Amino acid sequence: MVRQATRRSPRRPATRITPSDSSSKRGASTGTVRRSRGKGWLRGYFKSHFQALFLSLGRVSRNPLSSLMTIAVIGIALALPAGLHVALKNVQGVSAGWEDTVQISLFLNQGIEVAEARRIVEKISAMPSIEAVVHVTPQQALGEFRQYSGFGDALEVLDENPLPNVLLVRPTKEASEPLLVEPLLHELRRLPSVEMAQLDMEWLKRLYAIMAIGERGVLVLAVLLALAVLLIVGNTIRLAIQNRRDEIEVQKLIGATDAFIQRPFLYSGLWQGVLGAVMAWLLVTLSLWLLHGPVQQLSLLYNSSFSLGSLEPVGVLVVLAAGGLLGLLGAWLAVGRHLRDIEPT
Amino acid sequence: MIHFENVGKRYAEGGEALSGINLQLDVGEMAFLTGHSGAGKSTMLKLIGLIERASYGQVIINGKNFSKLGRRHIPYVRRDIGIIFQNHKLLNDRTVFDNVALPLVISGQPHRDIQRRVHASLDKVGLLDKERMLPLSLSGGEQQRVGIARAVVNKPPLLVADEPTGNLDPALSAEIMNLFAEFNQVGVTVLIASHDIDLITRMDKRVLVLDKGRLVDGAGEQGEVPQ
Repeated sequence: MVRQATRRSPRRPATRITPSDSSSKRGASTGTVRRSRGKGWLRGYFKSHFQALFLSLGRVSRNPLSSLMTIAVIGIALALPAGLHVALKNVQGVSAGWEDTVQISLFLNQGIEVAEARRIVEKISAMPSIEAVVHVTPQQALGEFRQYSGFGDALEVLDENPLPNVLLVRPTKEASEPLLVEPLLHELRRLPSVEMAQLDMEWLKRLYAIMAIGERGVLVLAVLLALAVLLIVGNTIRLAIQNRRDEIEVQKLIGATDAFIQRPFLYSGLWQGVLGAVMAWLLVTLSLWLLHGPVQQLSLLYNSSFSLGSLEPVGVLVVLAAGGLLGLLGAWLAVGRHLRDIEPT
Repeated sequence: MIHFENVGKRYAEGGEALSGINLQLDVGEMAFLTGHSGAGKSTMLKLIGLIERASYGQVIINGKNFSKLGRRHIPYVRRDIGIIFQNHKLLNDRTVFDNVALPLVISGQPHRDIQRRVHASLDKVGLLDKERMLPLSLSGGEQQRVGIARAVVNKPPLLVADEPTGNLDPALSAEIMNLFAEFNQVGVTVLIASHDIDLITRMDKRVLVLDKGRLVDGAGEQGEVPQ
């Protein structure tokens, strides 16, 4: 019967429920009536959530100072891992450029003729994982040495050129991965007439290892600070609940459900979290803006076109979502613990 | 409407606030609950408002057995009982309008219904011109009337009042009591705890007398109005 009535007047679900005439029915079957009200019930549900959403925003804005303090603390807590994440991304961005320049120096046996060396160059160039090979003859090497080292005069003492043929081998981009470049190095080392093969990338590996530690560290820090945000929001909501003890009591006395009472608290947790995340985003952006000038100067000195990257859009979304979720969760934990304790006496 | 069957209430601190109460109050009746302080008036009203649970016996209000009622259902049951408190229990940071509207907001009524019913309710208690004021700027009698407006705005079939005239002068008290009598005339069951014997006698309604936790007078079936 109720369902039919709902279909006929879906826009006016409440007019049927005037307490004086249907109270006896209503009390006994409240649950079923609520569930079978269909669209009207859904609209009422969203309406009450909407009300709570703005009621809680009103509460946040009515205590601007204490709200701002909470939001700032959340902001700083979220800005730390977000900022470190951006810093790491930037370091990775810089070192990613270096990966392209992986280069293996092959020192050929002493006394190998230049023609012989050329044949080896051709052989290596034909390998699929090799991008380019540059041949530095002993003659060229000597010239370079003379020009750049400043020890040119010392060479006059020597009878013959002590420098070997050197092949500068550049693997293709795919073969430059740390895992693939190692076997390639061994392969080249085994070639006949190769005295020594040297990969000048050991330090890059170490850098990657350090960055992996950094990433893990950021993760640990993020988890710890997320916990802190949870506690901050939980504590704020706990205080808010205590401040509104009388109000909660009165609401319970006149028939408010737990869901009704806790809704504004959950939403204020959500607001605090989201606004804290916005604050975090602003802090990170501000910090990057402050660093931009000096970094630009440094990269100019290195003749690099490097430019400081900011928090990517996905990152911004992640921070906002994390803030909102942590706020909601913190509020939920506080509400669950403290709302039940308040019963009218 | 109100049915007590061998109801008792013991407190953990010791002492039995109510013992062996049998009572039947029918739909549309109006009755007073009286007795010395500590006789158990408040405890009895708390049992009706589901603020306390009986230690033994059955409390059946509006066809619902409270001893079998889960915590989840309490709010919905309370919506059918208009309770008026001696200390008003108003929210002092909200306007008179918002206070009276609260039960309707809680039960999720549409906005235009709320407006209409709050105005009707405030009109009934004669406070329509004070809807924008805060409770603390009103007199004691006016605050009590706001409490009454809030209790009746949801049109509950049962009204329960705990010393509603406790701090009021005789003229105001009579006015409040007449208000309750008016609600009773349109079919609302009314139970009022009061120790104002003069006023109770003048109202000429059924009187329930509690003494040391026992109902000593006024129990019984409908129509059996003791003289």
